[in-house]
Amino acid sequence: MSELLTGRQLGLLVCTRCRATVRANPVGRSRCPRCRAPLHARKPASLATTAALLVTAALLYIPANVLPVMHTHQLFSDEDDTIMSGVISLAQQGSWPIALLVFFASIVVPLLKLVALGEIVIASSRRSVRNAQQRSRLYRVIEFVGRWSMIDVFAVSLLVALVQIQSLAEIEVRPGALAFAAVVVLTMIAARSFDERLLWDAEQRG
Amino acid sequence: MADPPTPSIDDLPKALPDAPHLRLPYVWILPVIVVLAGVFVAIHDKIAQGESIEIRFRTADDLEPNKTKIRYKAVEIGDVKEIRVSKDRKEVIVEARIHRDARDYLVEDTRFWVVRPRITGANVTGLGTLVSGAYIGVDVGHSTVQSRQFTGLEVPPIVTSGLPGHEYVLHAGDIGSLSVGSGVFYRHISAGQVVAYSLDPGGASVTIKVFINSPYDTFVTRETRFWQASGIDMSIDSEGVRLHTESLAAVLEGGVAFQPVGDGPPSPPLPADTAFTLFTDRERAMRESDTPAQTFVMYFKGSLRGLSAGAPVDLRGINIGEVKRLSVEYDRSAGMLRFPVEVDIFPQRVRGRSKGTAETAAGDESSDAAQRAIIDSMVAHGMRAELKTGNLLTGQKYVAVDVHGGAAKERVRWDQNPPVFPTASGGLEEIQDSIGSVAKKLDKVPYDQISMRLMATLASLDQTLRSTDRLMRQVDDRIAPQVDATLKEAQEAMRSAKDALSPNGPGQNELGATLLELSRAARSVSALADYLERHPESLIRGKPRDPP
Repeated sequence: MSELLTGRQLGLLVCTRCRATVRANPVGRSRCPRCRAPLHARKPASLATTAALLVTAALLYIPANVLPVMHTHQLFSDEDDTIMSGVISLAQQGSWPIALLVFFASIVVPLLKLVALGEIVIASSRRSVRNAQQRSRLYRVIEFVGRWSMIDVFAVSLLVALVQIQSLAEIEVRPGALAFAAVVVLTMIAARSFDERLLWDAEQRG
Repeated sequence: MADPPTPSIDDLPKALPDAPHLRLPYVWILPVIVVLAGVFVAIHDKIAQGESIEIRFRTADDLEPNKTKIRYKAVEIGDVKEIRVSKDRKEVIVEARIHRDARDYLVEDTRFWVVRPRITGANVTGLGTLVSGAYIGVDVGHSTVQSRQFTGLEVPPIVTSGLPGHEYVLHAGDIGSLSVGSGVFYRHISAGQVVAYSLDPGGASVTIKVFINSPYDTFVTRETRFWQASGIDMSIDSEGVRLHTESLAAVLEGGVAFQPVGDGPPSPPLPADTAFTLFTDRERAMRESDTPAQTFVMYFKGSLRGLSAGAPVDLRGINIGEVKRLSVEYDRSAGMLRFPVEVDIFPQRVRGRSKGTAETAAGDESSDAAQRAIIDSMVAHGMRAELKTGNLLTGQKYVAVDVHGGAAKERVRWDQNPPVFPTASGGLEEIQDSIGSVAKKLDKVPYDQISMRLMATLASLDQTLRSTDRLMRQVDDRIAPQVDATLKEAQEAMRSAKDALSPNGPGQNELGATLLELSRAARSVSALADYLERHPESLIRGKPRDPP
């Protein structure tokens, strides 16, 4: 594999707003001469931000799964459902496809996202170059799949809005849903704030 | 990467300088916030978890861990966490958590009970729990001593502690058809409920606790009487058949009614827990204000059939007492059975109604001796008791006390206990006796002979009638034609008479002339008589010659 040059090596910066390629200011910070946006060789503090968001998301992942997501009040029963108990009851009712969908979208995917992003961040901070390509692919998958994790939150908010037959049946949001939504949003932001180019920086130095 | 017109890097524009500024990785505040929030929530939960209490119930019917709520005035203050059987297996222990802000409710006399659907005679409660499931109700006590161990009630309390009103105590001979929850009525308005009842030690009477809601408790005064208003009160006595009912609710599950006796000005209400007597019926409650009673024994000659305990003692229509007991006793001295009738007479009733005239008697009416003196004097004036039939339909009798003018001299025997009041055989008994003797005499009449004679007489009468009939027929056949002929002749005779008497008839003129002659003759006779009166001697001497 031939040496690939990067803009940074050539002292060039690309404006992330207007895509203008400019020569970097040798000292101090730079600004895009066209659109006046600040220019950075890499997203500033990308790793730290991503790591912080990931930690937050990981922390919130616990209440998101432990606390009930929604509260179903029916004529004869009151029930608190966590995500997992929802999956189980769906499976028990025979709705296997939906159960699987919810299970993957709401439990597996966020978890995988956390683990994968964590791995990427750790690898980047260690400047490991091995499997950089896989990591890059993984990162793209994560970015793509991230929004789909909100399926649970959508389901709950829809149900809460729809099922409001006073005293007969009622569904309320419980804090778990909030935590879960936060997990999804935080992992998405974390993915966005990670500068993919960091994956390859080590190679350059290498 | 080898685009033909490769632009030189140097051709590219230069970036503008930017002022350096500090960039802290402030995002790290996020996990810190989350951790802090987590810790806060955990601590809050721990605190808000509230107090753990134990309630003992006989059964855990309708209770479910983590589902059954504990509610005070329908506001949720906790929930059941665990249910287990006590070590002695007699009860279940319900472990519950009470919210922290309801901690003050957990005092010694706080009561817990299970609210579930209940249907009693007049009440349906807890229907909502049919659908929502049972819950544990709470009534907070007044004590200041905190407690964490409670014994649950099996039946919801009738009166919760916040309810305004007062509790009163009633004493009664028996409970009647009352039960806990039976209504208390004031002028047929539901004014409270029976809260509890218990058998007195010794088992001779019962004590009933009633709760009277505000504002009806202000009507419980010294003049108030309580009576059993249970069910249908039907009585047949010498006054006829009476039917009296309270409200339908009271008919179904019994009740207590109260009302002041008389129409006096309202007295101040009595404090809670004042004791009252619970009378068996309204009449008795209203009547027995005028105790003490004077008990007498009366021995009647006639049968006591129709007389019963409770029958009135009547003084010319005024009820002055009642029959207490009827019995049979053996009179050793006479060797005969006697039938004593014990009656209660309320002398105050007599006096109360004649206060104006008997002022002196009223002055010392408490004095026993004075009372006796009055009764003695009345008996001396011929006052006697007698049995009378009050109601011919039912045959019920009552004791009438009245003055009998010609009664033999008797007196009240005060030496006996109770004193014996003299009696007279009643008017009706005398009538009965005389009717008896008449009946006996009637009995002696030979009805069969009379009837045989009567039969014979009737037969001959029949014969007579038949011959009469025959006679009449003969009359019809033979005599009638002759009568007819005779009548015709008579008619002819009458016609000729008529002709003769007609004004133009031949006889009529002659009659006129004759009458004229007759009147002339009469005139001369009258002249003669006149002359004779003046000259009676002419009868002998003859008419003197007219003087020339």
